[in-house]
Amino acid sequence: MNCRSEVLEVSVEGRQIEEAMLAVLHTILLHRSTGKFHYKKEGTYSIGTVGTQDVDCDFIDFTYVRVSSEELDRALRKAVGEFKDALRNSGGDGMGQISLEFYQKKKSRWPFSDECIPWEVWTVRVNVVSLANEQERQICREKVGEKLCEKVINIVEVMNRHEYLPKMPTQSEVDNVFDTGLKDVQPYLYKISYQITDSLGTSVTTTMRRLIKDTLAL
Amino acid sequence: MDTDLSSQDRKDLDKFIKFFALKTVQVIVQARLGEKICTRSSSSPTGSDWFNLAIKDIPEVTHEAKKALAGQLPAVGRSMCVEISLKTSEGDSMELEIWCLEMNEKCDKEIKVSYTVYNRLSLLLKSLLAITRVTPAYRLSRKQGHEYVILYRIYFGEVQLSGLGEGFQTVRVGTVGTPVGTITLSCAYRINLAFMSTRTTAEDNAAVYPSVEDSQEVCTTSFSTSPPSQLSSSRLSYQPAALGVGSADMGYPVVFAGGLNAAHPHQLIVPGKEGGVPLVPSQPPHAAQADQERMAMCTPLDGAHYSAATPSSSEDTETVSNSSEAKSGSPHDILETIFVRKVGAFVNKPINQVTMANLDIPFAMFSPKNIELEDNDPMVNPPDSPETESPLLGSLHSEGSSGNSTGNTHDDFVMVDFKPAFSKDDILPMDLGTFYREFQNPPQLSSLSIDIGAQSMAEDLDSLPEKLAVHEKNVKEFDAFVETLQ
Repeated sequence: MNCRSEVLEVSVEGRQIEEAMLAVLHTILLHRSTGKFHYKKEGTYSIGTVGTQDVDCDFIDFTYVRVSSEELDRALRKAVGEFKDALRNSGGDGMGQISLEFYQKKKSRWPFSDECIPWEVWTVRVNVVSLANEQERQICREKVGEKLCEKVINIVEVMNRHEYLPKMPTQSEVDNVFDTGLKDVQPYLYKISYQITDSLGTSVTTTMRRLIKDTLAL
Repeated sequence: MDTDLSSQDRKDLDKFIKFFALKTVQVIVQARLGEKICTRSSSSPTGSDWFNLAIKDIPEVTHEAKKALAGQLPAVGRSMCVEISLKTSEGDSMELEIWCLEMNEKCDKEIKVSYTVYNRLSLLLKSLLAITRVTPAYRLSRKQGHEYVILYRIYFGEVQLSGLGEGFQTVRVGTVGTPVGTITLSCAYRINLAFMSTRTTAEDNAAVYPSVEDSQEVCTTSFSTSPPSQLSSSRLSYQPAALGVGSADMGYPVVFAGGLNAAHPHQLIVPGKEGGVPLVPSQPPHAAQADQERMAMCTPLDGAHYSAATPSSSEDTETVSNSSEAKSGSPHDILETIFVRKVGAFVNKPINQVTMANLDIPFAMFSPKNIELEDNDPMVNPPDSPETESPLLGSLHSEGSSGNSTGNTHDDFVMVDFKPAFSKDDILPMDLGTFYREFQNPPQLSSLSIDIGAQSMAEDLDSLPEKLAVHEKNVKEFDAFVETLQ
């Protein structure tokens, strides 16, 4: 099984980084989250309900829809916040990328740790621009809004190709496919990582987020 | 075909499609209400949330949708459409979007109805949630209120896209294959805005604009061709009109639209779509007239500018500065060249005598002996004057001295006031010419001269210790002041 890889590129002003990243990541996770599974005795299961809410951006003329889950929102905001700080502090020309990777866990026998097999990776390449005056900022607000509209359409197009998705797991396997740690929704297992490109164009560092502890259990 | 599908599956599939259609309508209409939508996630299934999504059911919308469906389901040639339109407070209306739920003949026999189809329909609804916030009508609907409202209409049958005008764009939300056909959900949205106004008078159009302008500007900011990046060009091109200039000339995108409106109510206009110039490929006569009117409005202004500019470039006697442009350099060059005197705009008397000396001496007509006194003529042999950058200054000095000298030698010399272009005669106590003369040679700033500068610097340095001592005495006052600031 090959991992599907999608790349999106955006150019934003510094203060737009967070909202633009959240818009893209939340749109992806909206499509990659289900309600909580409740397994019944016969091996069947019922699925909880996913609520949605509109989020208006403050620095971009854009509104996106996210899953109504504060825990998920907090996790994404934390990751995006770290990415933004790394980008701002890099001192380079303000380029970086953030990756959202969906993976499945494959249990291995001891002493080997579980394998993480990615099946879909979304990479958002960010180019940070600096603007001189308020007029440019206003134009940037609208332009970035339009760009994000395009990105949402791209994401929806990929999602509706109905390509590989992990098959619905049994109760014992559910943690290998879904993140069951949230109380109200159940996204596919995912991890977020980012890279900052310095001015020489080489990637400086990667920071692994979430569940990296599992892979380094040994 | 149907025999391949069990009756239970068929029933389930029909139910799924029916409720999918109803939920689709709910999502679309709710996205155009103008409010942010928020529903809660629930880990315990309630059993009433179709497709595992919390989508509220507005009863009126469900009722309208069921009425349109009339017990049928979307099938080949029978699509369910939701039309979103805008209606202004003046009664003008315009279709913005048509959302189509269609079914085609392409079947997927292998697919599991109760599981895969259901989940894919759920995914399609999520995509619909995302896409409804992305089309141009969303931003319009968020701003609806006094000036305009957003309306919806549900119909079943043939898709009618003609009301969207020319060049509408389509975005596909997604498809789901089923054993009986492939469900497709898409949206066709308008690109160009035109208000279908039956009003033709300019005043009415002007009256429309204050209320429409807002929404029109909103429309153009929200609207996009595909790719949406083209919006930025329309917004940018609006800015010159917005930034300007309050004059009717600069407001022409709106005026233009008015003219076109009169001619073609259905004509599509994008003010400034084509990079700032509202272009209409085939201009109807009215539009051409409007265009000409605009040009006519512009021309006198331009012409006025032009004619005002000419005296400064061609006139020789009234404005001394012109002489600097007429000649190439210092007064000495005049002897080498021959000029033909041009009659400037503000010259009262035509001057018949054309001589080299006459060309550059102001008020030459008042000094008849100029030719004989050429050697003494200060214009030809300028007296020593302070270094001046522009020949203008030199000639002014010369003029003054020539006035004096000629005044000395010729009693009948008449001092004529210096009349710069645009100045009015004797109306203002301080007219342009007087002002110009008085402030022509300001004295140099004392601080800029080196000696004085050096002296003051030395003085400053000497006085520093005293100043410091004074300030140290007043330290407490300063501290108190700083504290008041905090």
